[in-house]
Amino acid sequence: MNDFDVLVLGGGPAGLSAAIYLARGKRRVCLLDRGTVGGQVLLTHAVANYPGIPERSGYEIAAAMRAQAVEFGCEIVSNVTIESVDLRPDTKSIHTAKGVYTARAVVLAMGGAPRTLELESEARLQGRGISYCATCDGDFFQDQDILVVGGGNSALEEAVALTKYASSVTVVHQFDHFQAYAHAVAEAQNNHRISFRMESVVEEFVGDDTLTGAVIRHVPTGETKRIDATGAFVLIGYVPRTESVAECVVINERGEIVADEAMATSVPGVFVAGDARAKRYRQITTAVGDGTIAALSAMEYLEAKLRSPA
Amino acid sequence: MTLPTGLEHVATADELTSLIAETEHVMVCCGRMGPMCVPVYGVMEDLRDSGDYAHVEFRDMLFDSPESHVIRDLPECSSFRGLPFTVYFKNGSVVAATSSIQSAEQIKAQLDQHFSG
Repeated sequence: MNDFDVLVLGGGPAGLSAAIYLARGKRRVCLLDRGTVGGQVLLTHAVANYPGIPERSGYEIAAAMRAQAVEFGCEIVSNVTIESVDLRPDTKSIHTAKGVYTARAVVLAMGGAPRTLELESEARLQGRGISYCATCDGDFFQDQDILVVGGGNSALEEAVALTKYASSVTVVHQFDHFQAYAHAVAEAQNNHRISFRMESVVEEFVGDDTLTGAVIRHVPTGETKRIDATGAFVLIGYVPRTESVAECVVINERGEIVADEAMATSVPGVFVAGDARAKRYRQITTAVGDGTIAALSAMEYLEAKLRSPA
Repeated sequence: MTLPTGLEHVATADELTSLIAETEHVMVCCGRMGPMCVPVYGVMEDLRDSGDYAHVEFRDMLFDSPESHVIRDLPECSSFRGLPFTVYFKNGSVVAATSSIQSAEQIKAQLDQHFSG
């Protein structure tokens, strides 16, 4: 029987922090993750600003958090496919390919996924020129011409980093201005290997076995042009992974779960933490804070239910 | 030179050659400890531990080791531009190869298609 006091959906820093607090609080807690536990912190090669922790890889930090949660008694089930959820009753249930999990409270910490352009050619050429991780795949493009799609901090910082390898980097951005810090914009603009195609979008990636170019459309004029490139890094932000609970809790127009300062959602006994929550700043530290608050709120909810059962 | 994962490692080209000669079904993930690779190792560990693929040997190999030429130089990987390189061997021959991150569903689809029974 997979029955627990609290289920945590998602194993990034928010979910792991919630699990650590809940398990240490002697609650029976199970963390379910659709992939490998760690979340987006695994995307970070070096975390340098986590207070009290000298620079470490995201993998090391995630592994330490996981070990801590397990040590306190949290059960972890990874690579689990969630088929359906029923969060409204007092006993919440999560139906997965590995069985049904039930609990009196749930912490939603599903995080986000890299946003894609949703082009058929993008999916077909992933790993064959299309990449979402400059630090992983940059060295495949030594002395080659590449594209970076996006205009935020990640896109501009990675564009600069990629000039260590590529002979030229063309930044393709849909707006006439960047959504990045001034220093990131300045660094990119001052790099002689980087050029910009503003107010432009990728219509299609070109290539059979490997990427050879992209068709770019200038939005104001509608004019299209093919640009030769053997690599394209798509760095256009993240989307919250809330589709499995969108029918159960209130979400906003960006797909983020709306919650109060106690991380309580619109459904009693359901809390949210991390990047799935509607909020401004998304950092490992803010995810950890969210997870802590969600865990404490869940414990308070369970105690209140015990004192005054319905 | 090996990766700090929970998988068994292939450290040398000779080791891989022996393994695929002696074992019917082998899946090797050749990568680094990066964000596109770690999730694949995690899926492989889960599949190994589940027992559903007891007929498959799951291994990793460090991409930056000179010995990994045995994977990097495979014709099936010649167009790859994203880590990890994941190769499926049946009776010593490559039956499938993928580049970049793969989900559990994608990996299971490859295993089911090529390593049935």
